[in-house]
Parts: sequence; C-alpha cells; structure tokens
Amino acid sequence: MSDMNYITSYCKIESGKVVLNNEEVFRGGENVAEADFMKSVYKHFKTDYPKFYKMDNLCKLAFIASELLLKTNNITEKYNRDRIAIVISNSASSLDIDTEHQSTISDKDNFFPSPAVFVYTLPNILIGEIAIRNSIKGENSLFIFENFNPEFMENYHNILLNLKTTDACISGYVDFYEHKYKAFLYTVEKTPGVLAIEHTTENLNQLFNK
Amino acid sequence: MNELELIDKLKEEIIQTLNLEDLKKEDIDTDAPLFGAGLGLDSIDALELIVLLEKNHGIKVSNPQEGKAIFKSIRTMAEYIQSKSPIKNP
Repeated sequence: MSDMNYITSYCKIESGKVVLNNEEVFRGGENVAEADFMKSVYKHFKTDYPKFYKMDNLCKLAFIASELLLKTNNITEKYNRDRIAIVISNSASSLDIDTEHQSTISDKDNFFPSPAVFVYTLPNILIGEIAIRNSIKGENSLFIFENFNPEFMENYHNILLNLKTTDACISGYVDFYEHKYKAFLYTVEKTPGVLAIEHTTENLNQLFNK
Repeated sequence: MNELELIDKLKEEIIQTLNLEDLKKEDIDTDAPLFGAGLGLDSIDALELIVLLEKNHGIKVSNPQEGKAIFKSIRTMAEYIQSKSPIKNP
C-alpha cells in the first residue's frame, strides 16, 4: 500500500452555509445570529442530542459539523473506535466562553460563576463532545495556531496513520470568536473512499479556502 | 408568593438556566425526580441549581448533605425556599 493518505469526506460551516463533500446542503437566512443559525442546522438535520443545547458555541459548531461529517461516511462502523483519532486545531482557543465566564466573576458584588459555563473554558472539550457522542477512544489532540496550518496537519496525520495505531482521523479546524465562526472538518483514511482527494497541504488549503 | 406561583417560577428558571430548550414548564412534573429518571439532570446541573438558589432566591446551601433532599423534585426545592423565607422565619 502506498504512503499516500486520503481526505474521504469533509464538512464546512461558515457564513451561514453548510457544505458537505462539495455540495451546499443548508443555507441559513441572512443576518441570522450565529447561535440561531447553529440551532437551525441542528433542527434541520433532525439531530437528537439534548445535550447540544447545553454546549458552548464552539462545541455546538464542532458537534454539528461532526454529526454531518460522520453521516456521510461509515468510519465509525468500518474501524475499531479505539483506532479513530480526533485531531483538531483552531485560532481563538475557547476565548468566546472564557470571556462569558469572566463577565460572571469580574464584579465582586455580583459574583455568580456558572458551573455549566466554566466546564467549557478549555478548547479541547469540543473533542470530548465528539468522542463521547460517537464512543471514539483513539488519540486526540487540539492545537492552537494563529491560522489554519495545513502543513502541520498533513504531517501529523501522516505520522499517526503510518504508526499503525490509527486507521482513520477526524481532523480539521473549528473556530468561534466575536461572532465569527468557521468549521472545516474532514476524515483522513489510508484508502481513497468516495471523495478520493489526496491528503496534501495543497488540497487542504484549497478545500479550506474555497 | 404562594407555593404554586413559586413552583411555576422555579420551572421557568430551571428551563432557562439549564438550557432545557425542548421543554415547557407544563412538561415538568412537580414531583418527578430532577436527577436520574425524571428530568435527567447531571452533576453540573446540580451545581447550577445551587447557584440558582443563591442568585435568584438569596439562599446559600452551605451543607452539601442537604442537597439530596432539597433537589429531589421541584416541589422539595419550593418547600426549601419557603422554609428559608424571611416571612416565615423572621
């Protein structure tokens, strides 16, 4: 088998649009607040996971992207879930919810930190939400870069897949801060799959920016 | 505020605080368990309920052993709030 790995599916959510494997599958109304947009995507695709409503914006974004991504391929049936990795990056870490938490503790006369907010003040919780939902127990990591870093991601996944401990990766970039959001999640496997896009820096860049 | 009004208010507060989006206050059984089989709340929700009592009702639950009895159902919460009311206990 060649050393080439493949992007076998992808989901992109930004600017009120959801794209799944090159096809626009949902478009929200204009000027819809991001929280309402995510809720409408959740409802449109008839997702049934009440915990969604308790998540912070970053986790909601990652969750709906992962739900759609995993509906388009069968990696969770095809592979042992101990051998599926989740490796995601972003830019703003968990700043969106961090600032919300800060607002609840900045006034000593009105000091009521919310436990439900506090539990989301780490960016890698988004990986936990995907892993719990799908019983995925493979390697997981979250990296923070100023911008999407396809070269790093390509290299990291190639190492993971070539180490023979991982059969597939859920990967990408999920960022949410100051009303701006972008999710780009994709699966990487050793076989071409339906999409059959070679897992290269150039292809990742192209998919991320198109 | 009488007990029925307080129960109604508590249901609204819980739906809002715990983000129980798909529930209306009419859907919540006043005597059903809040944890486990009833509303299915978890440990983080329990902490939120403690904050709710302090923030919205000025009641601090200082003894964690009391929690299990206070948060058994909406009714037990309402009874606990009323027992701590300054009108009843001046």
